Amino acid sequence: MIFNPKHILGIKELSAAELTFILDTAESFKEINNRDIKKVPTLRGKTIINLFFEASTRTRTSFEIAGKRLSADTVNISASSSSVVKGETLEDTAKNIEAMHPDIIVMRHSASGACHYLSERLSCSVVNAGDGMHEHPSQALLDAFTIRQHKGRIDGLTVAIVGDITHSRVVRSNIYCLSKLGATVRIAGPGTMLPPGLESLGCEVFNNLADAIRDADCVMMLRIQRERQGAPLIPSVREYARYFGLNDNNLKLAKDDAIVMHPGPINRGVEMSSAVVDGPRNVILDQVENGVAVRMALLYLVAGGEKLQQD
Amino acid sequence: MAADKIEILDLEGINRAITRIAHEILEKNKGVDDLVLIGIRTGGDYLAAQLQQKISEIEGQVVPLGTIDVTMYRDDIGSRSDLSVGQTDIRFSLGDRRVVLVDDVLFTGRTVRAAMDALIDLGRPQNIQLAILVDRGHRELPIRPDYIGRNLPTARNEQIEVEFDPQHVPQAVYLVRT
Repeated sequence: MIFNPKHILGIKELSAAELTFILDTAESFKEINNRDIKKVPTLRGKTIINLFFEASTRTRTSFEIAGKRLSADTVNISASSSSVVKGETLEDTAKNIEAMHPDIIVMRHSASGACHYLSERLSCSVVNAGDGMHEHPSQALLDAFTIRQHKGRIDGLTVAIVGDITHSRVVRSNIYCLSKLGATVRIAGPGTMLPPGLESLGCEVFNNLADAIRDADCVMMLRIQRERQGAPLIPSVREYARYFGLNDNNLKLAKDDAIVMHPGPINRGVEMSSAVVDGPRNVILDQVENGVAVRMALLYLVAGGEKLQQD
Repeated sequence: MAADKIEILDLEGINRAITRIAHEILEKNKGVDDLVLIGIRTGGDYLAAQLQQKISEIEGQVVPLGTIDVTMYRDDIGSRSDLSVGQTDIRFSLGDRRVVLVDDVLFTGRTVRAAMDALIDLGRPQNIQLAILVDRGHRELPIRPDYIGRNLPTARNEQIEVEFDPQHVPQAVYLVRT
């Protein structure tokens, strides 16, 4: 199929066929990560700027490695070391960066919609690396890639996502992605962390962990995002761990071959017991490994194709 | 205007060409020591499988077979509309091997250039040789095949089509005028 997007802003805008195409492309790039010489010349001469206004280890490193393995020049800017601390607006920062002619800006920002906003104002490509509580497309794609790797398919599977749903962009992108690819998505969390209207996105909503993970093929646990919460939403972390934490005991409710996922960073002993984190079911490090291949595919698809000549 | 389609090689013609190329490869390399076959996706990989079979019929030994996808090494990524990337599948070391690169049609030579760059990123072969079913001319790079099934001078507006059956066995080669 023909798919060469100018931007990757969210999963919502993409069709099932386009999502599958991205996953298939990532499959081809995965092989490079196991070579002795982990580099191909595909994006030679392209400049990619990683503009991160929020803390990130995994995503930023993953995008940087992905760009470098495709031979692009990657530059990292983090908020603490940028002019943002001197009071420059997002648009001014971006326009100044654009004046140096990058081909792609990969951005993470705390405001939902920040990537859409920039994509309408810049001529270079924009890839969303997480915007506020909105979307985190590359994470959803690497999750789908990891599920497909372990289960051989996504269509027909049941995936339970448990935790701080309200503040999670990972959840939103995953609901779009997994339901478009044919999975049943179950959502669970404390009432204060479940936004209204989730059913309208096509998922099943539960207020307890046990019902959500019963007979699931895949259990995805989330961190409580205290940095995005105003007033406390739970009485105590201990209480949360007791009612919504995954441990060896309640994991037995899921299918025998169920896999356990987490987008990271993990708070051990809160959403997941250490025994589960270190247990045989978890595929968390596969997620991280696959993240590089998926981001290589995204950068390649955004940078390749005829559109750059036309613009 | 309807496209003209002329048959250049039929099933038997292709088989004779592959048999001859297999003998030439064995003669030049004095057997199958260190020999590996790498087919270029898509088309060259099917022909490489045919050559592997033919060589095993002649020598009684199965030479390693791999597949390479050159999309990541192409020089026209910015102007292509189809961005699909196939998988490279080479499960052996290329170091000090004699690599026979196999493709169905040789045209500008740009695909072969990309394939050679891709191979060298995977290891340091003793040498790289090139086997082609149809050489249609119009080279844009200094690339010359070592084994040729059929030399066929063409016009730029003509195309060569190699037809494979569902089992990837080549059936016929056509010259198409549009």
